Amino acid sequence: MNGPATRPLDRSLLFVTGKGGTGKTTIAAAAALLAAGEGRRVLLVEMDAKGSLSEALDTAPLEFAPRQVDLPPAFRSAGGELHVMSMNTEDSLREYLRVIAKVPLVGRIGPLARTFDFVADAAPGVKEILAVGKVCHEVRQRAYDLVIVDSEASGHVVAQLDAPRAIRGLVQVGPIREQTEWMLEILGDQQRTGLLVVTTPEEMPVTESIELVGRVRSATDVLVAGVVANRVLPRWFAGADADVFAALAATHLPAPPAVPRGLEAVVAAAAGVEARRVSGAEQLDHLRAALPGLPVTVVPELYPRAGGRRVAALVAEHLADEWEAS
Amino acid sequence: MNARASARSRRSLAEVVHSREMIVVCGSGGTGKTTVSAALGVLAATTSSARVLVLTVDPARRLATALGLGGGELAGQAPVKVEREVFTALGVECPGELWVAMLDTKAGWDELVRRHAPSDDVARRLLANPLYTNITGRFVNSHDYIAMEQLHALHESGEYDLVVIDTPPSRRALDLLDAPARMREFFGGRLITWLTIPSRSRLAAAAAKPFTAVADRVLGSRFLADIAEFFTLFGTMEEGFVERALAVEALLADERTGFVVVTTSEPSPSREARHLVVELGRRSLGLGAVVMNRTLPDGLRGRAATEVAASLRSPDEAAALAAVLAPLIEPGSVDRAGLEESLAHVLVETGERVGELQVAAAREAECRRMLEQVAPVVIPLPALRGDASGLASLVALAKSLA
Repeated sequence: MNGPATRPLDRSLLFVTGKGGTGKTTIAAAAALLAAGEGRRVLLVEMDAKGSLSEALDTAPLEFAPRQVDLPPAFRSAGGELHVMSMNTEDSLREYLRVIAKVPLVGRIGPLARTFDFVADAAPGVKEILAVGKVCHEVRQRAYDLVIVDSEASGHVVAQLDAPRAIRGLVQVGPIREQTEWMLEILGDQQRTGLLVVTTPEEMPVTESIELVGRVRSATDVLVAGVVANRVLPRWFAGADADVFAALAATHLPAPPAVPRGLEAVVAAAAGVEARRVSGAEQLDHLRAALPGLPVTVVPELYPRAGGRRVAALVAEHLADEWEAS
Repeated sequence: MNARASARSRRSLAEVVHSREMIVVCGSGGTGKTTVSAALGVLAATTSSARVLVLTVDPARRLATALGLGGGELAGQAPVKVEREVFTALGVECPGELWVAMLDTKAGWDELVRRHAPSDDVARRLLANPLYTNITGRFVNSHDYIAMEQLHALHESGEYDLVVIDTPPSRRALDLLDAPARMREFFGGRLITWLTIPSRSRLAAAAAKPFTAVADRVLGSRFLADIAEFFTLFGTMEEGFVERALAVEALLADERTGFVVVTTSEPSPSREARHLVVELGRRSLGLGAVVMNRTLPDGLRGRAATEVAASLRSPDEAAALAAVLAPLIEPGSVDRAGLEESLAHVLVETGERVGELQVAAAREAECRRMLEQVAPVVIPLPALRGDASGLASLVALAKSLA
């Protein structure tokens, strides 16, 4: 578990983020299945409460209280566990008041709860620190071997990771300021904590990922552990076959019945996908060149027939192969 | 109107673009809202004499360059015109005018504060408040509100026939619709009341004590005092802000405003799009169309295509077809020796991969049907072969949208 070949999973806290639509939730779920399949006790946290994580795991809507979910059969043998929860800053505040600040009036929190949204809107970083604080708290409690966070999309994640530092800058005294110290220690510990950035091989997600890595590195102490390039189209034709296909695609096909009806549509569809594959490969080259030294894990486009847990399990197998090989 | 004409008009996004004065493009993250917004602007400017403005948020660099935004440095600057010659060079007529601007949340807030502050002094103190930048930058819905606010300001300016606004990536697309109402609630809310109580009534302050006690414990009293001061200043702008938020809300509901919901053909964004469409209806907001972005090619799902793909997967049939096709292939482009054999292999592979695509296309059709149940106009926008970032590809997308 040491040396340069450390996998993104080989730590106790892993944030997973990415531009919307890149599949960060699927990757987070797959990474959690993989770790649980290796026998670890995993807590998977959905940050943005959109419900896509429960979809990805085919399970009932998540709540703040962690709930253990069944692992698919292929992931059970090592005796690991997967627990899932959904972040809710109001519940997190209650827990904080009860457990850490030891405020006795949790039962009478009514007026506070009603205005909580407004407080959280108003005071910069409050929502973020309650979310990231809960996650760090779980890491500190060591009830799990690994906490994986399906984080906010890339536009919001830096504010979240940076929240303890921002709060420390704004709040001069008080318990919250003291709390930020141990959070920063966990977040900045590169052995313990890492961030995985999910992208697809397209221009906008790749550009955004490169910018995100820069911002995380400059604004926080969190280690960027790697990039996952998701939904990468596989190479259909190798070597000379690629030239033959290109020639076929460029050929003006005669009208049916000289060739079967539908052949033109089939060749055109294949040519379209091949062109997207080529442009995707260029984007991956660009990504690798812009982020030298950062491992890029490739997950192929699966065109899955099924959804939910089946996809998460398939992606987990790919991650296992990729991370094994590296 | 006969049935056929009605069916045709129902399919036309050009009609939506030409009949509205404001178009709000929304949908979940990563579906291509920015690209579709730009393409709608191109569509309007190239098919009418309209003066069109596309207001976009944080576009990727190449898209920004294609639109003449010069790599994104023009945030907060005056709108930039995409010169007619740029279209002419692509062989496209542009009878209208296409202008592009980028949303700048910070500048938008500053402008609001200057406009609504009761005095220059309050405005100056607010803009100088250390919490101000932080709050306007992080405020939940702050981007959403400013986007809607800018739409109102641009419409009010009367300078454009059509304003297309690309909305910011929200946690939930619905937040956008609720932004003006939340802004109003915010001013009417307990937070402002409580935070500004000491200057209003000692008696009421006693009632707020449990709240301040907890807040004190959590945040520290000095920080709380900082916030209180900020909100006391902010509270002086209540009247102007609330009035404005009501006007913005009214504009969203105006029949001159149309919403275009963008989704991909995948289940998760499609479900969110469906939810958004239903919510738009519930709020009596005008749905212009749903655009299903990056769909697979149309021809894939036909019976002929299915049969061909299946036959290609049989090595014998692929070999027979290779014998027919080999002589047709341009001489010189490939090595003739072994061409037929290699072609047979390529055909088998094509049949297999296209088979996978056909499964994906069937699932895509399912998502489309789901959306058609709630939305009268669902327009598929086939994936381009490369990235949709040059003006040429925007022109191509605009043609598909029309």
